Amino acid sequence: MGDEVKLHGTWFSPFVTRVQIVLKLKGVEYEYVEEDLKNKSPLLLKINPIYEKVPVLIHNGNPIVESLIVIEYIDEAFSGPSILPKDPYERSKARFWTKFLDDKGMPPLWKACWSKGEEREKAKEEALESLKILENEIKGKKFFGGNKIGILDVTADFFAYGIPILEELTKIKLLTEDEFPCLLKWVTNYCNDPFVKEYFPVDDPLAKEYFPPKGPLSASYKVGLHQSPPHKHAFYGAAFLESQNRRPKYISDIPE
Amino acid sequence: MGDEVILLDLYPSMYAMRVRIALAEKEIKHESKEQDVVNKSQLLLDMNPVHKKIPVLVHNGQPICESLIIVQYIDEVWTHKSPLLPSDPYHKARARFWADFVDKKVSDPARRIWLKKGEELEIAKKEFIEALKLLEGELGDKTYFGGDKFGFVDVALIPFYSWFETYETCGNFSIEEHCPTLITWGKKCMERESVHKSMPDPKKICEFVLNDLRKKYGVE
Repeated sequence: MGDEVKLHGTWFSPFVTRVQIVLKLKGVEYEYVEEDLKNKSPLLLKINPIYEKVPVLIHNGNPIVESLIVIEYIDEAFSGPSILPKDPYERSKARFWTKFLDDKGMPPLWKACWSKGEEREKAKEEALESLKILENEIKGKKFFGGNKIGILDVTADFFAYGIPILEELTKIKLLTEDEFPCLLKWVTNYCNDPFVKEYFPVDDPLAKEYFPPKGPLSASYKVGLHQSPPHKHAFYGAAFLESQNRRPKYISDIPE
Repeated sequence: MGDEVILLDLYPSMYAMRVRIALAEKEIKHESKEQDVVNKSQLLLDMNPVHKKIPVLVHNGQPICESLIIVQYIDEVWTHKSPLLPSDPYHKARARFWADFVDKKVSDPARRIWLKKGEELEIAKKEFIEALKLLEGELGDKTYFGGDKFGFVDVALIPFYSWFETYETCGNFSIEEHCPTLITWGKKCMERESVHKSMPDPKKICEFVLNDLRKKYGVE
């Protein structure tokens, strides 16, 4: 009796990546469908009519949306190693921290990078507040999950590769050694975890080609975007340029 | 061997109401400690250092924060009666989705209805009604969002029902006119002891918002 599992996503979305990590941890085979968010397919509008976003997991014809809800669903519907803790109290803490990351961690970080002037300063302060709270939470632990990666580490996957890229692009240093030694250690631990290294490598060996950008910025990113698979660094680089109104002419090719 | 259950509570808060209802559904003996959210107690700051907000459930000294997370915790620990979430993973995911939808799409516009005026108020009303209509669509012709049984999504949304009179007064509109099915659902839920004992009198909330809360936020 076969399960039919499909994941609709975009290659650069951290919300999709975290679902892919969980599917891999659980050992679930699935078909991946790339969506074009600039040109939303009728299927996407049908399976996620409320938000019209990715990821969408379709299991035997049933759609599930919102990445954290999808992750809990995968944990419950499929056998394999537990993603969330079994103990209700530990489980409630895992839910608390993943929600914190999505509500208070990601948004100001994103905003701090893409906005300008006073808005950027405010976002930067909020981002630092959230990072301080996370620093406190990781203290004394190798991973947020303890000795091995858990749901919060997976949810924070973007932090491991995203923050260094965004810092390089915007020249805003957020994760300083002085203030966040434990988080920086976590980034190293996470990147070097054998599972992450094998299936979801954060280090991009070709990134050296793009960082720091040699020659015109636009040229570096153009090259990166046309690699197969495209480099995440290149995506963020191009998106950053767009946000700063320095549009290279090919920007219309770049997915949102 | 007794469980010690304490709720750091706030009378008019819909988020606290969710927890009160869940505790009542499960008939869990607990102590409610009404909090002052202006001069926050050391207990609140210790139990929720990250957000410093209510509700917080303290179970045998361990704090659980965030209303929907607390309700799920209650459902997972006290399994002897009134299951709030379905056992089937897909239906559970759907219930979580709609409860989350209440937080994402109802909460903020609802708040803006009593906080804002003019153009901003009109926008808030529009968004609020749109969200309620989507919820009506999900309810369909079921008695509860949980089907025959009162469940997670019902718990997530019903507290807002006690604020409907406030929204209607501030926004000068009728929710029943736009969402009659939801009003029928609200009345049905209110028949449950766990609900009507946990929710404040809508008139008292309305008075509180018009006389105290709005002044505090400098409205009018």
